[in-house]
Amino acid sequence: MNLHEYQSKKLFTEYGIPVPEGIPAETAEAAEAAAMELGGALWVVKAQVHAGGRGKAGGVKLAHSPEQVQQYASEMLGTMLVTHQSGPAGLPINIVYVEAGSDIERELYLSMLIDREVSKVAFIASAAGGMDIEQVAAETPEQILTVAISPENGVQDEQAQQLSAGLGLDQKQSSQFADLMQRLYRLFLECDASLIEVNPLIIAGSGELLALDAKINIDDNALFRQERLAELRDPSQEDQKEREAAEHDLNYVSLDGDIACMVNGAGLAMATMDLIKLHGGEPANFLDVGGGATSERVAAAFKLILSNRNVRAILVNIFGGIVRCDLIAQGIISAVKEVGVRVPVVVRLEGTNVIKGRTLLAESGLDIISADDLTDAAQKAVSSAAG
Amino acid sequence: MSVLIDRHSKVICQGITGNQGSFHTEQCIEYGTRVVAGVTPGRGGEEHLGVPVYNTMREAVAESGAEVSMIYVPARFAAGAIQEAAESGVSLIVCITEGIPVLDMVNVKAALEINGCRLIGPNCPGIITPDECKIGIMPGFIHRKGRIGVVSRSGTLTYEAVYQTTQNGLGQSTCIGIGGDPVRGMDFIDCLRLFQEDPGTDGIVMVGEIGGTDEEAAAEFMQSEVTKPVVAYIAGVTAPPGKRMGHAGAIVAGGKGTAADKFKALDAAGAAIVRSPAELGSKMMELLTP
Repeated sequence: MNLHEYQSKKLFTEYGIPVPEGIPAETAEAAEAAAMELGGALWVVKAQVHAGGRGKAGGVKLAHSPEQVQQYASEMLGTMLVTHQSGPAGLPINIVYVEAGSDIERELYLSMLIDREVSKVAFIASAAGGMDIEQVAAETPEQILTVAISPENGVQDEQAQQLSAGLGLDQKQSSQFADLMQRLYRLFLECDASLIEVNPLIIAGSGELLALDAKINIDDNALFRQERLAELRDPSQEDQKEREAAEHDLNYVSLDGDIACMVNGAGLAMATMDLIKLHGGEPANFLDVGGGATSERVAAAFKLILSNRNVRAILVNIFGGIVRCDLIAQGIISAVKEVGVRVPVVVRLEGTNVIKGRTLLAESGLDIISADDLTDAAQKAVSSAAG
Repeated sequence: MSVLIDRHSKVICQGITGNQGSFHTEQCIEYGTRVVAGVTPGRGGEEHLGVPVYNTMREAVAESGAEVSMIYVPARFAAGAIQEAAESGVSLIVCITEGIPVLDMVNVKAALEINGCRLIGPNCPGIITPDECKIGIMPGFIHRKGRIGVVSRSGTLTYEAVYQTTQNGLGQSTCIGIGGDPVRGMDFIDCLRLFQEDPGTDGIVMVGEIGGTDEEAAAEFMQSEVTKPVVAYIAGVTAPPGKRMGHAGAIVAGGKGTAADKFKALDAAGAAIVRSPAELGSKMMELLTP
């Protein structure tokens, strides 16, 4: 689950991590009032969306008067912001964050994530702040510094020193940086974060370190024990269909093609998409119905798939292990009848009671195309969609 | 021959009285697995599925002499269960549970290293040596005793590989589902090493997916350490970057972990790569036919 910048910064403040003062606003008038409350002569109006690359997309604006804050806020609020991470439709701007302008001496990069290679929480730092860090990693990998934290010892002094030295911090900044790392580490653990990114972390004119941006992702698997954070979820930033799917215990990701898939198991679901592509088609979605594919779930999955108007064929690929193929066949039949499927449905069943399952489908009187194996299924789905 | 488990392996089930634990343990027993005890805190002294239930792993291991634990404990308690198993003296832990918080796994990994204990999973189908011992949720009947080692990050996709090698008569020595989570126990390299050393394994089928760099590391290992033929497939060529594709580990982040990179690394390491998962079995047959 992603948090907005203003939510992340509130958490930062709770953990004593320095951030510029700011106030979230849902209307242009509130934004103007926020600017006056903050005072000063420079403000930043920042669109609150769950995507990076806001600056280049016009979602971050410098304002020199409260009136200008009001103007920028009214231009942003209620519109969609399209960034290179948001998808072509963009994400709705329902909140802007009005922040006191900062005096920037230097821009650094700092993030934390789970380093899968060593199975530990790691800090990543770079002197090349404010830039697209993926680009920095690709072009000048020597500018990326990494330290992994062992869970027994926590952040060690020498690790903080190693990063401070690499970032070229002076003595005072180094000690502030070491303190910052301890606080961030505590936040990461206590909030079950899966990612914290501060880009940029700035050295202000005063010489102090300041988190100018803040991005926090929370581990979905840990939301059961992060009730307070779970309430910060902003459904407006999430794909409607993906959310509906989650409510039915389905894993769904929409794609741009025209062949919908319904598969049990995440790996097989990805493989099915790849097969469609391999045989010249384009998958319309990723959909994992899970191990216990009951008829209710199959019906919910059909509804979900068909709400995408681009779909011209459906490929059902089920490897019945613990689940019996005859039960799945019944689920498909009742779902097709109930939902009123109007596009060709290709079904490949394998596993327990497969003959029974195939017979049920064949005798159902429904227009279901039966496939013998994976390849046959993909070919039939592709030709059905083309026809 | 086989790796890690065989007909002599004695197994404890943690969470044996739960729905999942009960159902799958029964299937394992039916398959022939020597399940010797179960553990559910607060249910010690009872009998379930014909085996004694204990409150703790320590008691269960002391009484039964088991060396393997399989875990079906709910996600919020699963890391604790793995930790308890690691400290109880078993040498292999198979954790089926899906949805464990990743930071719990970070802590558990550190504990495993201290105890010198192997973990398969979490979020995996388990491990099976056909006709001898099944520890997990895979359908037993699709397997057939034979010469191919199968290692995979995915569940149902493992079944595909298994089924194909069963149909063409090659069969399997042992199949290991290492699971789809970003922080997990055994990785591809651990399994490749075991299969390479196992005289009963003639060829290895490896099924990877997008996310992380495990497959790239495996490719590097293969180049110097694996002489047996390897057939490899990577799922997720069509997956969009930044999206979680069902498995928590299956995200292409920052251009790393793409299927294209993994195919390339495996190809360069001398593995026979297949672009279609339907060709896993036939490709292996081709490699093993003189």
